[in-house]
Amino acid sequence: MKSLRELGAALAAGETTSVALTEEALTRIAGRDQALNSFITLAHDEAMAEARAADAAITRGEVGPLAGIPMAHKDLFCTTGVKSSAGSRMLDNFVAPHDATVVENLRRARAVMVGKTNMDEFAMGSSNETSFYGAVKNPWNTDCVPGGSSGGSAAAVAARLVPYATGTDTGGSIRQPAALAGITGLKPTYGRVSRYGIVAFASSLDQAGTLTVSAEDAAQVLRAMAGFDKRDSTSVDEPVPDYPALIEESVKGKRAGIPKEFLAEGVTPGVRDAFTRAAEELTKLGCEVEETTLPNLRYSVPVYYVVAPAEASSNLARYDGVRYGHRADNPANLEDLYLRSRGEGFGTEVKRRILIGTFVLSHGYFDAYYLRAQRVRQLIADDFREAFGKYDFLLGPTTPTAAFKIGEKTSDPVAMYLNDIFTIGVNLAGLPAVSVPMGFDGGLPVGLQIIGRAFDEGGILALAHQYQQATDWHRQTPPGVEA
Amino acid sequence: MSDWEPVIGLEIHAQLLTKSKIFSAASTRFGAEPNTNACLVDLGYPGVLPVLNREAVRLAVRFGLAIGAEIAPRSVFARKNYFYPDLPKGYQISQYERPVVKGGKLTIRLDDETEKTVNLTRAHLEEDAGKSLHENFPDATGIDLNRAGVPLLEIVSEPELRSAAEAVAYMKAIHTLVRYIGICDGNMQEGSLRCDANVSIHKPGEPFGTRAELKNLNSFRFVEQAIEYEIERQAEVLESGGTVVQETRLYDPDHHETHSMRAKEEANDYRYFPDPDLLPLEIAPDFVEEVRATLPELPDAKRERFQSGYGLSAYDAAVLTAERELADYYEAVVAALGGEAKLAANWVMGELAAALNREGLVITASRLEARALAGLIRRIVDGTISGKIAKDVFEAMWQGEGDADEVIGKRGLKQISDPDALAKIVDEVIAANPAQLEQYRAGKEKLLGYFVGQVMKATKGKANPAEVNRLLKQKLGG
Repeated sequence: MKSLRELGAALAAGETTSVALTEEALTRIAGRDQALNSFITLAHDEAMAEARAADAAITRGEVGPLAGIPMAHKDLFCTTGVKSSAGSRMLDNFVAPHDATVVENLRRARAVMVGKTNMDEFAMGSSNETSFYGAVKNPWNTDCVPGGSSGGSAAAVAARLVPYATGTDTGGSIRQPAALAGITGLKPTYGRVSRYGIVAFASSLDQAGTLTVSAEDAAQVLRAMAGFDKRDSTSVDEPVPDYPALIEESVKGKRAGIPKEFLAEGVTPGVRDAFTRAAEELTKLGCEVEETTLPNLRYSVPVYYVVAPAEASSNLARYDGVRYGHRADNPANLEDLYLRSRGEGFGTEVKRRILIGTFVLSHGYFDAYYLRAQRVRQLIADDFREAFGKYDFLLGPTTPTAAFKIGEKTSDPVAMYLNDIFTIGVNLAGLPAVSVPMGFDGGLPVGLQIIGRAFDEGGILALAHQYQQATDWHRQTPPGVEA
Repeated sequence: MSDWEPVIGLEIHAQLLTKSKIFSAASTRFGAEPNTNACLVDLGYPGVLPVLNREAVRLAVRFGLAIGAEIAPRSVFARKNYFYPDLPKGYQISQYERPVVKGGKLTIRLDDETEKTVNLTRAHLEEDAGKSLHENFPDATGIDLNRAGVPLLEIVSEPELRSAAEAVAYMKAIHTLVRYIGICDGNMQEGSLRCDANVSIHKPGEPFGTRAELKNLNSFRFVEQAIEYEIERQAEVLESGGTVVQETRLYDPDHHETHSMRAKEEANDYRYFPDPDLLPLEIAPDFVEEVRATLPELPDAKRERFQSGYGLSAYDAAVLTAERELADYYEAVVAALGGEAKLAANWVMGELAAALNREGLVITASRLEARALAGLIRRIVDGTISGKIAKDVFEAMWQGEGDADEVIGKRGLKQISDPDALAKIVDEVIAANPAQLEQYRAGKEKLLGYFVGQVMKATKGKANPAEVNRLLKQKLGG
């Protein structure tokens, strides 16, 4: 598949049309997605209408880097007129009356949305197995998970069904599936991209980002998505830089630290070898690479599994069957309406997290769990701040292992949670990070995580881009998928 | 039973006078069709986010400054989690551990003119919930979310009130203050000012008793009745050997009693935690000073000035300063008159207040402008009309017959003060009442009033009373 830059050039030159590209995408999805299950909803008619409008605009000379190019949104983003399910039975009937700011921004850029991608229910999961719409298969091996929660977006881009897709990342939900599906996944700084209109999971951690083939494409998409939004009080009023220009800036002389904690826990030899080679490659690019430490990082999983469920338990209270979403039939009374609507609407993992969150916020437990977790979260953020006093980047494998088998970890939530052990700290500290393909372990792709200072998306994308100029891991495609 | 001392603290919810809601752009207008003033944020749709209305913050700061409280440089919005159909998000955004206003005090005046200073604990910003509608929905409940997200300032007093009367005086003082500083319209029927009361009783010197929280006190009368009932109820419980249960009780104004809603121990665990959708509220000292500069003269200061500046009694000053608009009107009358502060006070509190009251009008809707009333009073002062005739002139002016001079001219009400003209009338009256004259001269001097009445009758009330008195005494004495 061509890069976004190439697609944009072809559209501008009249070598192809948005209608043609969109039809091709829909055809690919029709042919391949039964096996992958990466989409929940296809928006065929809406996409074709958008494509025709984009073509008309391009004819008028209104070209933009994303105009007329098909893409997909994770089903956590609210889209007017097209169902927004959050992967849950609870919202299986929900068509939003509003667009998320990200959706609006990309609409303005004349991106053509072909559909909504599958995901773990309410973004709670690391394997895409918690979706009400069934598991997504990893295009590299359909017995394996694609990671999660943005598993549908990752699989769709890995299988080259669409050139790019949006995702959200609360504890690794973009980077982990990007790593397991062999693509590039960017989680921006907390506050860089508006959360307005994104179904909330854990408000202090959620951040929207990109799943793309390359870092160069991520730079294009982020520039269109990002920006201050007065509808999101936690979005930050920082100008959006020209990321596509920034990624060309040399990384020579930049300093990169490898926290030893990223290579300690359960990292397979294959992942370790791939990472060692990646670090060597970065040295060749002129980076000074050395080992460092983030001493409190080991607490990130327990901290996350207090903070995220706490916020989720409150964020998901609105799904009560009263105004929208799933509503139990013939409720006997108010309590019955609540109990059955929520009991029927939510899946097991979501219920588990609501229970955990409710517990840690309860009277008598709040101090011991929630408050203590917030204090440790601060320590973790302090560790990062200290490290970034010395380094421009922090590096490590995105995940300890390559993709695992579907069903392998569903009965052991803690084993599942540990899959995000290297990604969660970044969310707790609100930092930007990108995962890029760095090789294979047992025939399955693995990812390199590059973490940057707050609002240095340009820096981490530059390093990722230049690494991708020197390597071709990101150009590898799953069996049967055309490059 | 008289040795029980009540301990009362009030939580007053004042609806802040903002155009839009505290976390959304929807209108706060009262009385709209159900659910027409509710946007996606108020409806708690997926993915929508609260954005703080800075105007609500400004009004909260205004209140804090008016009671001499500390304005927190950093306060935090928290989520109070509970399920209820009129609470769309499943949580209410409020302030919990870190309110925007801390401390402060308010002087209240009781009917016996004694003063008491009441300390406030805090005042915090929060959003209102919607309303459940039970009428017109057989076997169901209707939900109106127009009120959901309306900004409230919850004003919490220390438990320093010691009687129902003190509680009412405190609530009235808050009612006056919030309208003075323009943060709340004080309309209790529409629920703009609502009150919950925490009531317990104890023997002086002993620890406080267990308290009950009284809800639904939406008038001064209900505050008084509910608290009085509750004090009696608790005293009866304790004296019969029982214990007061900590619970929420609902006041039933139809039966003048309170009844248990739910035991507080069984109540929701609200699981408060800081709202991650909202940054901590930072208030810069510059902003506080900006707000302070716009504060009007406060009720206490105005009352003192009315006493010392206009020589009014404490009572008159209190009545005239109870509402800022009334005080403004009064001052406009005095200014137009260039004095006569006491006479002006009598007219504003007397005829004018009666007329307004009769027609259910507020002072700003008065049919008589301050200047017009001053014009009338001026004619009393300069002797053109008597105070009695002035009442008729006032009535005519109220009915729109023109200004004071027009009414006096048109109706020929000018006072007769000319001694010669009056002497003639007096002579006629004496001549027409020989029997009364005889009695008067025999010592029945209280018949003077009879003669005055006859003169007034003959002059249709226009005779100058002082002059009539003088002449009658002179002539009756023979």
